Amino acid sequence: MKVSSARWKSRLDGTIPDQLAQEIDAFELEIELRLQDKVDEKIFAETRLRRGAYGQRYDNGQRFDGTETRQLAYPEKSSKGPGTIWDAPGMLRIKIPYGGMNPEQLEVLADLAEEYSDGIAHVTTRQDFQLHFIHIEDTPTLMRRLAAVGITTREACGNSVRNVTACPFAGVCTDQAFDVTPYAHALAMFLLGHPDAQNFGRKFKPTFSGCAQHSCGLTAMHDLGYTAVTRVVDGEEQRGFRFVVGGGLGAVPDQAKLFDEFLPPEEMLPIAQAIARVFGRHGEKKNRSRARMKFLIRNWGMEKFKEEVLKERQSLPDDPRWTEYLDGVADDVETPLKPAGDFPTVTGNEAYDRWFSTNLREQRQEGYVTVSVALPLGDLTPDQLRALADIVRRFTNGTVRTTVEQNMVIRWVSKSDVFDLFEALTGAGIGEPGAGNILDIVTCPGTDTCKLGISSSRGLTAELRSRLAKKSFEMDEAISNLHIKVSGCFNSCGQHHVSDIGFYGVNRIVNGYQVPHFQVVLGGQWEENGGSYGLPIVAIASKRIPEALDRITDYYLRMRQKNERFTQFVTRVGKGQIRQVLDDLTKNRPDHDDDPSFYSDWGDPREYSTGDVGIGECAGEVVSAYQFAMTDAERMVFEAQLFLDAGNVQGAGTEAYRAMVRAAKALVQIKYDDVADDADEVVEEFRDRYYDTKLIFDPFAGGKFANYLFAAHSKVGATFTSDTARHAIEEGQLFIEAVHGCYNRMRTAGLSESTEMS
Amino acid sequence: MELQHVNIKIFVDGDLAVAPARFVDVFHEWVREQSLDEMLIDVADYRHVPAGPGVMLIALEADYNIDQTAGRWGLRYNRKSAIEGTNHDRFRQALAGAINACHLLEAHFAADGPLTFSRDEFELFINDRALAPNTPETYASCKPEIESFVMDVFGHSDFALTHHSDVRSRFGVNIKLTKPLDPKVVLDALQRNA
Ligand code: SF4
Repeated sequence: MKVSSARWKSRLDGTIPDQLAQEIDAFELEIELRLQDKVDEKIFAETRLRRGAYGQRYDNGQRFDGTETRQLAYPEKSSKGPGTIWDAPGMLRIKIPYGGMNPEQLEVLADLAEEYSDGIAHVTTRQDFQLHFIHIEDTPTLMRRLAAVGITTREACGNSVRNVTACPFAGVCTDQAFDVTPYAHALAMFLLGHPDAQNFGRKFKPTFSGCAQHSCGLTAMHDLGYTAVTRVVDGEEQRGFRFVVGGGLGAVPDQAKLFDEFLPPEEMLPIAQAIARVFGRHGEKKNRSRARMKFLIRNWGMEKFKEEVLKERQSLPDDPRWTEYLDGVADDVETPLKPAGDFPTVTGNEAYDRWFSTNLREQRQEGYVTVSVALPLGDLTPDQLRALADIVRRFTNGTVRTTVEQNMVIRWVSKSDVFDLFEALTGAGIGEPGAGNILDIVTCPGTDTCKLGISSSRGLTAELRSRLAKKSFEMDEAISNLHIKVSGCFNSCGQHHVSDIGFYGVNRIVNGYQVPHFQVVLGGQWEENGGSYGLPIVAIASKRIPEALDRITDYYLRMRQKNERFTQFVTRVGKGQIRQVLDDLTKNRPDHDDDPSFYSDWGDPREYSTGDVGIGECAGEVVSAYQFAMTDAERMVFEAQLFLDAGNVQGAGTEAYRAMVRAAKALVQIKYDDVADDADEVVEEFRDRYYDTKLIFDPFAGGKFANYLFAAHSKVGATFTSDTARHAIEEGQLFIEAVHGCYNRMRTAGLSESTEMS
Repeated sequence: MELQHVNIKIFVDGDLAVAPARFVDVFHEWVREQSLDEMLIDVADYRHVPAGPGVMLIALEADYNIDQTAGRWGLRYNRKSAIEGTNHDRFRQALAGAINACHLLEAHFAADGPLTFSRDEFELFINDRALAPNTPETYASCKPEIESFVMDVFGHSDFALTHHSDVRSRFGVNIKLTKPLDPKVVLDALQRNA
């Protein structure tokens, strides 16, 4: 053990709750045992994940350096899990239930970011913090230092109940039914380490929202979504929750389904426990890609799911914790430090005016506002965290929260302090304007640190931000109010489905080279708790995304009807029309030698690669045939969307299926030129040549995407609903991406067409 | 008092004349060539963070970054892995790492720079609050050791040591030399004594 780790351990002895201290000690021991090879690597991997210690890009010991894949010569050859080298740095995810923090916690986080990570604390889209480039031996010390100020990393990752999120404005929002904070806190504490929540096949995400109309809680995309509602019975107001279940983003998003219009608070915890038991018992365990709760609900239907849960609820032994917390529930538990006031008069300060126009929000309590601290890409330095702690202490009673838009919100600021607070924030480099507007782009880690990243979501976001920063305050309000969200791959951690304009990373072959691309996703809705999901319309090279964004926003500005919101506009003009505006961006790509930068990603000068691929070795007739077929398949899946937009759900579902068959045929043709058009034959050949051989298997998702084809093929002729047609389109698009991925891997492995066909 | 996790920051002379984006390219090249003593892993780009760590070169044993914390550009060497030996050995190792990186960067940008790093000022931090909390006591106990190290390396005692006294910061001192150093000579001396 490092000298400083031993010192922290003895210094913090007695300051950490016993249970937590024992768990951290046990984890420390497991680290030791794993090093001695006395714990299986798979078991250790899940153990560390449940402790919040996650893998990070290149921890398999390989890195493509722009010319070739090189081995990173880590000295310790043991592993932290399958394919994960012991010495490779990783990420630590730190749970912040409902985003609630205090200044002492900010300071500890600052010290940890400085001493153990790369000097940046990152706010995630689940109101967590993440620290990167952490060494596994240091994690128990980080956990102890966090635990000493009431923070845990437990169950931040792995197949567990993830951070319970909630509106950062809960308790102070003008539109809330009531303050959801104590309920979110109670659920988080109840489920943390609960024996009934340890046996899941996948993660499980709860959230709370104070109202239905705004986006703060995003209940529609959660496994458990609680929206505060009230009703009057016999003249008395009662609190409850509109309770939805089984939502989720991920590759194929699902809107959560209604479980109960009015779930009384006394039933909130027992029903959550019953759901955890049902999900633990009946949820998929083997096939990770179908293990989220939404699949159980899809398989069973909502009626059966609810029936099982209610049956389980009846069988639960009473637990006093179900209602104990209700005694302490009261609104306005937070108090202000300063008396309520009025805004000071400030003239001639353009920076202040901009910041004031975007970063402030009136509280329900007269004379107070909340102040959003806009964090570029969700990042903060240790000095900024300490400055923020000072500011929060100076102006409030220590009330600050993280947000799912990767910002911080300071609550209970007296209006009379607003200018002083602005100056304090600006002095610390965190007084940027634009919170919640087009500049405030949400992004996942992408290829910077995520093992699954395909394109550089952070690189693109930084580029878009720097371009938009120059003009966002001259823009028409219709544009500046748009939301943009970026994910590095289809997994949707950047929540691209619930933004006006979303992007997710994919790759394409151009002139024989891999080129990073982003799918442009339009029509999602951030408001109404993520009320509808967008669909991809076209893949565009990363370096052309800024141009694509300009075109989309210009087109919207020119063609919108009075007060027409972006989602309404997309529905009215149709995605086909918008796609035409972008069409030439998918063509006339520069030759590699003329513009090599086109073949690399934003913020990364290396020639782009999704794996360890050699370049430019594959060309000729068969490639053209493949590309031709894939262009067809992409067109067909897009047409499916147009059908869906036009209300033709049957046509949409059928066309999405046909697109999959077309893409499957593109691959089959590489090995078997004479394959017929008949879908049965294509699917059979595809299964034989690509599924049974595992060639189509994604390194992380396995055969999941091919199974979409098989499932669709087995259901030919079935009737589609708008939900199932939408799923068919999403699955069609993902299957096409999987075909692209397979093709790229084959090229890399030298299984080029000519070799295979000879 | 054992001091590990030594940081050295050598300031850029004047304004940073090279666009920070250029360091992304250089650091990727260094990873490709494995140009430094440490095992170089990746590059992290934090140019979007005001007064932040700038562009980082992540290695297994240490990080290097073209750093703008506290509002001044400089090259920071942040040793992460423990080093056996004395505190002098650890100071020496970190200073050599920092000077070597500055030297390589100056050479890289010589044609189109100019990029020059200070010859008369640098900072030394102990990035470990358990070993070196930033207190007057720590300063009192470390000062003689730091002074003797500086005298040893630069061969004279014409320097001023200033303690960064904010109790929440890492323990750190600013070292201002009255005679500018010749990095080549210092580097040779550091490496000879290693
Ligand atoms: S969306 Fe993809 S790239 Fe982004 S964090 Fe999630 S898995 Fe990684």
